[in-house]
Amino acid sequence: MSFINYSSREINCKLVYYGPGLCGKTTNLQYIYNKTRPEAKGKMISLATETERTLFFDFLPLSLGEIRGFKTRFHLYTVPGQVFYDASRKLILKGVDGVCFVADSQEERMEANIESLDNLRINLNEQGYDLDKIPYVIQWNKRDLPNAVPVNILSRECNPTGVPEFEAVAVSGQGVFDTLKALAKQVLAELRKGT
Amino acid sequence: MLNPQLVMYDEEQKQIEKIASKLHRDSRSKTILLVDKNGQLIASAGEVSHLDTTSLSSLVAGNVAATGGIAKLIEEDEFTGQYHEGKGISIHLTLVGRRAILVVLFDKNTTHGLVRLRVRKASAELAKIFEELALKAASTPMPSVFDEITDEDIDNLFND
Ligand SMILES: Nc1nc2c(ncn2[C@@H]2O[C@H](COP(=O)(O)OP(=O)(O)OP(=O)(O)O)[C@@H](O)[C@H]2O)c(=O)[nH]1
Ligand SMILES: [Mg+2]
Repeated sequence: MSFINYSSREINCKLVYYGPGLCGKTTNLQYIYNKTRPEAKGKMISLATETERTLFFDFLPLSLGEIRGFKTRFHLYTVPGQVFYDASRKLILKGVDGVCFVADSQEERMEANIESLDNLRINLNEQGYDLDKIPYVIQWNKRDLPNAVPVNILSRECNPTGVPEFEAVAVSGQGVFDTLKALAKQVLAELRKGT
Repeated sequence: MLNPQLVMYDEEQKQIEKIASKLHRDSRSKTILLVDKNGQLIASAGEVSHLDTTSLSSLVAGNVAATGGIAKLIEEDEFTGQYHEGKGISIHLTLVGRRAILVVLFDKNTTHGLVRLRVRKASAELAKIFEELALKAASTPMPSVFDEITDEDIDNLFND
């Protein structure tokens, strides 16, 4: 959950990028890191295997400026998407304020997307969260690939509740900031509600 | 919610900083960090200017989360402390009131025994403050600054 410090006038929020292995979670954070001005970001930490697969998490701290005199900081995390890292995924979800589900648009990854979504829901439930009640957006990534499934079909299969969804090509950055903004907006709106 | 929002007020922040400074002095350590279990830095004392405290906080929290996961698997309640010894600098981690992690970085100027002794007292004091904070946050409504956040405010954050 977010950390509000009235003493230093800061709001800290934790956003988690979730999704199947190789869907492009780490690529999202790398693009955000590369395109953010130096004074607004901290170091990006990647705990990865030798083959660049996420082993525990990626971490990117952003401080985006002030809202009503409060510094807003977002801590972005990715989970490891490979199925057998489930224990680690659960740990990263602790204290989450908002989730971005990154789906791999390729036809052969449809099953992996659905499995990962089910896994997200279960792991959130274990922590006492309900995916339908927390800030949540979806990104259809890898739209550049020829075997990408049409968005209306992805939407039907993976977004039955109609949360905000964005097409993206994370390697070139298309849709990456739109996705992040939409999620950050929902998280801040949640604060306004007074959770 | 299992993990309620952490809210910090001026009064408690000052008390926490005082305890951290005292611990820094009494343990003769280099640096004290108090980190929220979710990886956000709450307070620090001692030498911090050369440290990337944001990265450190996130890694410390990840580390404690991982050992917590291991504890669960072997049906141990929760490891309350960790110690990593380096050639120059050693690090002592202690869970405080299940909510925060007290981090002490120290070198040859002191001993692990002294650090452990001082940490015990400080963490008991800190745990009490966190309990009070939780009660206070539950009974105090959020100030209106958050009611006034507009969509435009949020949009402005992203316009460089
Ligand atoms: N063509 C294409 N490739 C992409 C896109 N986004 C990511 N990739 C590639 O997909 C591969 C995996 O990307 P990562 O970001 O490492 O995937 P991940 O989701 O972090 O994977 P795990 O860490 O295993 O969970 C890399 O080779 C990326 O370059 C995209 O939009 N289009
Ligand atoms: Mg990754």
